[in-house]
Amino acid sequence: MEVLLAIIIGLLYTLGLYMILRRSMVKLIIGLALLSHGANLLIFTVGRITKGIPAFIEKGQYVANDNIAEPIPQALILTAIVIGFGIQAFALVLLRKVYQSTGTDDINDLKSTDRIDLE
Amino acid sequence: MIIDKNIIIVLPIVLPLLSAIIMILSGNKIVFHKIVNLISTILQLVTGLLLLNIVTEQGIFSLTIGNWKAPFGISLVVDGLAAIMITMSAILSLSAAIFSSNTIGWYRKRYYFYPLFQFLLLGVNGSFLTGDVFNLYVWFEVMLISSFVLLALGGRQEQLEGAMKYVTINLISSTIFLSAAGITYGLAGTLNMADLSLKLPFIENQGLVNVLSVLFLISFGIKSAIFPLYFWLPASYHTPPVAVSALFAGLLTKVGVYVLFRFYTLIFVNNIDFTHNLILILSAFTMILGVFGAIAQNDFRRILSFHIISQVGYMIFALGIYTKEAIAAGIYYIMYHMLVKTNLFYSSGIVYNIKGSYSLNELGGVYKNYPVVSIVFLISALALSGIPPLAGFWAKLTVAIAGFNDKEYFITALSLLAGILTLVSMTKIWNNVFWKDAPQLDSLLECEKKFNEKSFNDKFQLYLPSGILLVVILFFSFFIQYVFYYADLAALQLMDKELYINAVLGN
Repeated sequence: MEVLLAIIIGLLYTLGLYMILRRSMVKLIIGLALLSHGANLLIFTVGRITKGIPAFIEKGQYVANDNIAEPIPQALILTAIVIGFGIQAFALVLLRKVYQSTGTDDINDLKSTDRIDLE
Repeated sequence: MIIDKNIIIVLPIVLPLLSAIIMILSGNKIVFHKIVNLISTILQLVTGLLLLNIVTEQGIFSLTIGNWKAPFGISLVVDGLAAIMITMSAILSLSAAIFSSNTIGWYRKRYYFYPLFQFLLLGVNGSFLTGDVFNLYVWFEVMLISSFVLLALGGRQEQLEGAMKYVTINLISSTIFLSAAGITYGLAGTLNMADLSLKLPFIENQGLVNVLSVLFLISFGIKSAIFPLYFWLPASYHTPPVAVSALFAGLLTKVGVYVLFRFYTLIFVNNIDFTHNLILILSAFTMILGVFGAIAQNDFRRILSFHIISQVGYMIFALGIYTKEAIAAGIYYIMYHMLVKTNLFYSSGIVYNIKGSYSLNELGGVYKNYPVVSIVFLISALALSGIPPLAGFWAKLTVAIAGFNDKEYFITALSLLAGILTLVSMTKIWNNVFWKDAPQLDSLLECEKKFNEKSFNDKFQLYLPSGILLVVILFFSFFIQYVFYYADLAALQLMDKELYINAVLGN
């Protein structure tokens, strides 16, 4: 399972980067979403994946069994997902605004902030 | 002490949060927003000074939120560096609060400009205080989302384009940070910075620790605009209203530098040959290429934006040397740079208010009619390029001495060269904006006429923040021993990481 997830994470990062490097604004936002999914899955995998073992501490013991999945990375992912969701929603609205105001969705055309006016 | 220090330590976070909530709940009352904003920033300045006082008297102290014992709960930690940064950011935000009252249009203020301002400070102060890596990620996101909105607020085309670049690169940086935090947890089983500092040396796979250090370097490098990750900065910082770009220029990249100082003096210090040499090499490129970029530009604010990059190079150069005197010099450099850079942006804003342009071709003749703003710019520009006896000279001198003592002759020489080139591009601004005859453009003359009809009160509010910062800069120049005392103390605490670990984890 870990190997499968590792491959998926790698794929998500690759696809995300590839999409960001495309010229279209829509693909840019898809790429960003894929990247953040990749990061979330990475943390998920780091916390160990187990089947059917609840993360409880047995009665009378002070520490949990060794082979439970760690709950902390899962809490971290929850936080990261919520933050990522909010920021992606903002990015979508922003890109829509950019499209409305420039009339193009080709990133190569957005050069007005890099121009040097010599004359 | 009348107030418990455990309460003072949360105030830099609680004050902006509370005032932003009060402002939002009150609705669209711009005057009320302005007053609350001003009060909140003044209180933050007082808090910062109190924290500085506590740290000098009692050393580093920490508070675990919810009384969960560190390393399990989230700790807030105040050491010398954090207290200095909170104080400096409060001085800057106080001046920016005054400056924005007259230069930000009502159509921006009506869309909650001031609450966003406070949310930005919330994120910045949180990043300074936190002692937990994942919590730092959350504070970064708070800071980022408010900076995104502040950058795009108003919705001019230029602004939106700049915001798009800024948002994209920062989202990538956050993803890298998040991945690195995940791997750190997998490797060490903790995200508490003090605990990490204890556990990372005993990890067998030191190669992976090096990979982690580079991942963090990339993520924070994007935020602090070091070579080769700085191209977003000059593409976005000149687009928003000048009060916003002045605040960003003074604060945001310095948060990145602060975190680099924290991580590479506390956590990644076992493989100095690799990490700190990498930082040294990057710093050389950052210093030189930033200043070359500045010389090529022809827009007031874009020149200043490129200078931020070059100056960040000096700061991480000090970090790369990694001796106590270098770190102290680096901290002093951060402090003076925040003031000077913001003040230069203010003078560009005042010139824009007079003439209605940032382009060096269209501007001219400011010195003849407006000597006050010219002198303010001149002092700040000379301070930035390191002319004695101004603050920049002491900053560059201390960094250079530390560099020579550590036998980094080549990069130190480069840093001095970058200082001269800084002066060259400042001369370019001085010649074009202040000294040459004003081109007779109708739009500019009309704008100037409008400015001259403004009331004394309006003009005073425009000049006041610049004046405040100028006084602080002169204090930094002529009473450097008092300021350097704190930088030295902070460096001492950073270099002796036992102090930090003991303060967080107990003995």
